[in-house]
Amino acid sequence: MEEQQDQRNVRQDQEVLPKLDIPDTAPREIPTGAAVFDVKNTSIYYGSFRAVTDVSLNIHENEITAFIGPSGCGKTTVLRTLNRMNDLIVGARVEGDIHYRGASLYHKDVSPTAVRRRIGMVFQKANPFPKSIYDNIAYGPRINGIRNRGRLDEIVERSLKQAALWDEVKDRLNKSGLGLSGGQAQRLCIARTLAVEPDVVLMDEPCSALDPIATGKIEDLMKEIKSRYTIVIVTHNMQQATRVSDRTAFYSVLRDDKSDTRTGVLVEYGSTQQIFEDPHDSRTQAYVTGRMG
Amino acid sequence: MAVATNSAGHPIDLREPSGWRRSKNQIMTILMWLALVIILIPLGFVLVTLISKGAGAISWQFLTNSTIPPNVVPLGTGGMGAAVVGTLEITGFAALLAIPLGVLGAVYLNEYGGNGILARLISFMSSVMTGVPSIVMGLFIYIIWVLHFGYSGMAGSFALACLMLPIVIRSSYEMLRLVPDSLRQGSYALGATKARVTLTVVLPTALSGIVSGALLAVARAAGETAPLLFTILTVEQTNSNLFSGPDTALPFQIFSNAQSAYTGAEARAWGAALTLVAITFILMIVARIITALFTRNTR
Repeated sequence: MEEQQDQRNVRQDQEVLPKLDIPDTAPREIPTGAAVFDVKNTSIYYGSFRAVTDVSLNIHENEITAFIGPSGCGKTTVLRTLNRMNDLIVGARVEGDIHYRGASLYHKDVSPTAVRRRIGMVFQKANPFPKSIYDNIAYGPRINGIRNRGRLDEIVERSLKQAALWDEVKDRLNKSGLGLSGGQAQRLCIARTLAVEPDVVLMDEPCSALDPIATGKIEDLMKEIKSRYTIVIVTHNMQQATRVSDRTAFYSVLRDDKSDTRTGVLVEYGSTQQIFEDPHDSRTQAYVTGRMG
Repeated sequence: MAVATNSAGHPIDLREPSGWRRSKNQIMTILMWLALVIILIPLGFVLVTLISKGAGAISWQFLTNSTIPPNVVPLGTGGMGAAVVGTLEITGFAALLAIPLGVLGAVYLNEYGGNGILARLISFMSSVMTGVPSIVMGLFIYIIWVLHFGYSGMAGSFALACLMLPIVIRSSYEMLRLVPDSLRQGSYALGATKARVTLTVVLPTALSGIVSGALLAVARAAGETAPLLFTILTVEQTNSNLFSGPDTALPFQIFSNAQSAYTGAEARAWGAALTLVAITFILMIVARIITALFTRNTR
């Protein structure tokens, strides 16, 4: 679990906010692609604890959507419901309606395995399997039944090239994936996810343990692959959100002092430029200007 | 000298300050070395004694001749071949029964059972089984098997497997618990089913630890005499049929020869003991090499 961080009182005073440095090339209004996810009035529980309340948002095709917000606001929880990873947590429960390309994601006939083959995930901490680099990438295709060596070779090369790792590892594909540096290991995990050619890639703070150079590489890579994939990224780094994302969702924590419970809420969702330059909600404004969280 | 100079030119002492902390460190270091020596003394003693007393008996004939001579016969006639074959067969079959079952049990406990009643019951029962004296296992098999189907090497295997099972379950379970959850999640996120995750990520990651635990169980079983007393009886000729007729094994021969006062029997007991240790040792090395080949990318 993410550690719950004390949330300072949000100041309501309206002062002139400094504009963030967002390149002029960023489009003002993004044309709306097809909605990949349609999340409606969704609440997520762990046992009796309500982690996230009443989230509604659409995630659009071939865009990068960023989830930002203070620790404990439920952004990772929402991310993990999108490919049913929360099913693995005993007691986790989803209420509400989540549609993925028109299909109800939590319908009883839906197989989580089939969902995860289309919706891949990259984790906060790189988790290469204790296998060779080659076998790490070939893992996904193999569980999908691809046995042909030539076909696997192709997939491994393509995936590693997409993840900008090919040149660094092409001479040691048979060496252990555990021997890679932090940034390389994370790119290996991205390549592993891309190897099954998913429709959506979910990223849970993929750069939080990486230095700026490795982070830059992964951000470039995200921008490069977004024409073929839909990406949702959770990040604590607001600069990262402004650099890579098309849309940003800001989550915050609602505290109920009476029962001493906290629950995550979606405060504001819009184009990244709007969220950072012209936030409508005072809490968003306080957060993106660094006065809160 | 561990003395540096700071910017003002004053020397800084970077050594561990003297006092209780330093003394504690030294005391603990000495205690640790002492513990190591205390462990090594009996181990070295046993090995040296075994080799010095047993090496004289070892010969190709001793290892392969299939007739175990009566106690009165001096060394040089007959050999322990029957017992070597018996030990290999009985322990091997016991391992074949206990290791797959034990590993599967551990997989159930750690991956599938969760906190359910059945998982807790199995876990508890296997802990209890660890404490059952080996002779009781022998008697148990005697009552439920030998009384109905007669003595056989297989009955001995059953008894040894009962003994090995809890060790294999316990050690495999501990190894599976060490597999980081992030690896399981990584596999799930690629659309793997639970069985896939277990077979292709969890078990390979834990393999070397599971093999260590299994070897420990095999070594323990190979040296057991008591469970064999009531299950294989004993013979003086090689019984290559594991499934019927009385059999014999090295621990049994050590036991019966060491009880005897004849010098020939005594020498045979030492020789058999050294043979048993050597077999276990070779088995360990072979298993280690095989595991290393299988897991060369896991670290």
